[in-house]
Amino acid sequence: MSNGLMEVKQISGHRGGTPGSGVSRDYDVCKLVDTTTCIGCKACEVACLEWNGYDFRETTFDNTYQTMPDTAWNFWNLIRFNEVTHDDGTVSWLMRKDQCMHCADPGCLTACPADGAIVQYQNGIVDFNQANCIGCQYCVTGCPFNIPKFNNATKKVYKCTLCSDRVGAGLEPACIKSCPTGCLHFGSKEDMLNLAHNRVDQLKANTSYKNAGIYDPDGVGGTHVVYVLHDATNPEQYGGLPSNPTVPFFVKMWKGPLKWLGGIAMGLGVAALFGHYVRYGPKPVDEATEQGRAK
Amino acid sequence: MSSNIVSRHGTDLRGDEIVRYTLKERMCHWIAGVSYLYLFATGLALFTPYLYWIAYVLGGGPTIRFWHPWVGLVFFGSIMWMHSMWKGEMKTTEQDRRWDKTIKAYVTNHDEVVAPAGHFNHGQKQFYWAMFWGSLVLVITGVLMWFPELVSGHQGNAVGHALMPVIVFLHCAAALVTIGAFMIHVYMGIFFVSGGLHGILWGRVPVAWVRAHHPLWLEQAQRENRVVSSTSFKQGADD
Repeated sequence: MSNGLMEVKQISGHRGGTPGSGVSRDYDVCKLVDTTTCIGCKACEVACLEWNGYDFRETTFDNTYQTMPDTAWNFWNLIRFNEVTHDDGTVSWLMRKDQCMHCADPGCLTACPADGAIVQYQNGIVDFNQANCIGCQYCVTGCPFNIPKFNNATKKVYKCTLCSDRVGAGLEPACIKSCPTGCLHFGSKEDMLNLAHNRVDQLKANTSYKNAGIYDPDGVGGTHVVYVLHDATNPEQYGGLPSNPTVPFFVKMWKGPLKWLGGIAMGLGVAALFGHYVRYGPKPVDEATEQGRAK
Repeated sequence: MSSNIVSRHGTDLRGDEIVRYTLKERMCHWIAGVSYLYLFATGLALFTPYLYWIAYVLGGGPTIRFWHPWVGLVFFGSIMWMHSMWKGEMKTTEQDRRWDKTIKAYVTNHDEVVAPAGHFNHGQKQFYWAMFWGSLVLVITGVLMWFPELVSGHQGNAVGHALMPVIVFLHCAAALVTIGAFMIHVYMGIFFVSGGLHGILWGRVPVAWVRAHHPLWLEQAQRENRVVSSTSFKQGADD
């Protein structure tokens, strides 16, 4: 949706000037996943496949409530199931909707060498443009969540688009629309964080989840998919959700200092060789040299 | 036969010439050289957006992504072949250490005071080892980058996922080392050492050239009777 459409023009019942006039309310978009109300029904998995036009695929039964071991190039949304035994002997079944987190500081985009293959929109969506993808899979290396998946037949990489096509038409993502429990919400990042804070306060006040909290990791500049977790001190128990995801150090070194130091060194090297040629010229093979040898 | 040409090791010699590189050695060198040029160009395209235009020139991003690893295997194969032929000659000798002490004179063209070199001088040997070790690092990291899903494809494979950025970094760093060495090599072969390019193209070099650049090797060649002197034609000498 055009950001202009959501800019405030005037508001009712207000004396004087219009506060927030000309400022976009829904400037960025965000998914809120409340893991405490997810029942693992997989409606979002189905909705994702249906909207994006991928066939249903065989599932893998591993004695849990997880459809298959991992996301795939044509399966972008997976409910991860983890059975966790707590210190007091009680057991939790944790369901986490795993998909691209749409980082504000996307490691995939940093690592990608192909012109325009990965696009980050102002509204926060990080999208792959397969027409420009060269299939090098550097994005796989750069992603701290292990989300981009390679299709060996098309030699391109795919992942959740945050339904950029639907969002662009003013619709909510397909997974959000399908959720029967209301554990999935969609809106501006600010609104989703407000909603998440309310839910966390509610959990702390009314349940035994005293470590309840929001997952919006700073290491990648925050994400446009935000979780409410029962226990935000231990995100790893939700099936590999990293507690402090960052763009890998060596990716930053490779795309940072190594790139410009290497470039400078190559440029200076060519200049130095040219300078040497102008100063000294080619080696002579002449009588003097040979006589020098003879001495 | 009264021809003025003597053929040895796939190399045609006229008077006062000597075989510097056999046909096999030249083929090997140029397979390595041409494949390296392709790897250099396509690698730079993937290294920085400012050189991504090279990808378009060479057929597009997906095309260079497809060919870079295959050409890399060709390059590595040629380096292994070269190693089988030259590894004995590339050992550092006492003479090389003396040559090192006069490197400044060598670089500034005061060749009359440069310590005499054998078939390869120490600079050439160091270039050889830079490319040899560089290509080993490049082929190992390169194969892993060719199939990154083998290293880090699945969630839960934390070690592989942590390793992959290091692998890419090493590939890049090793490539930069070889690029530095390669630039010096090309400059010296084409511009700095007159006659060097001629030698690696057609294999033959004049005796005077060898005396100027590789005098110890000339002595060895003379001992082994490998110099084709202009007088030898009169005697009808041949292999």
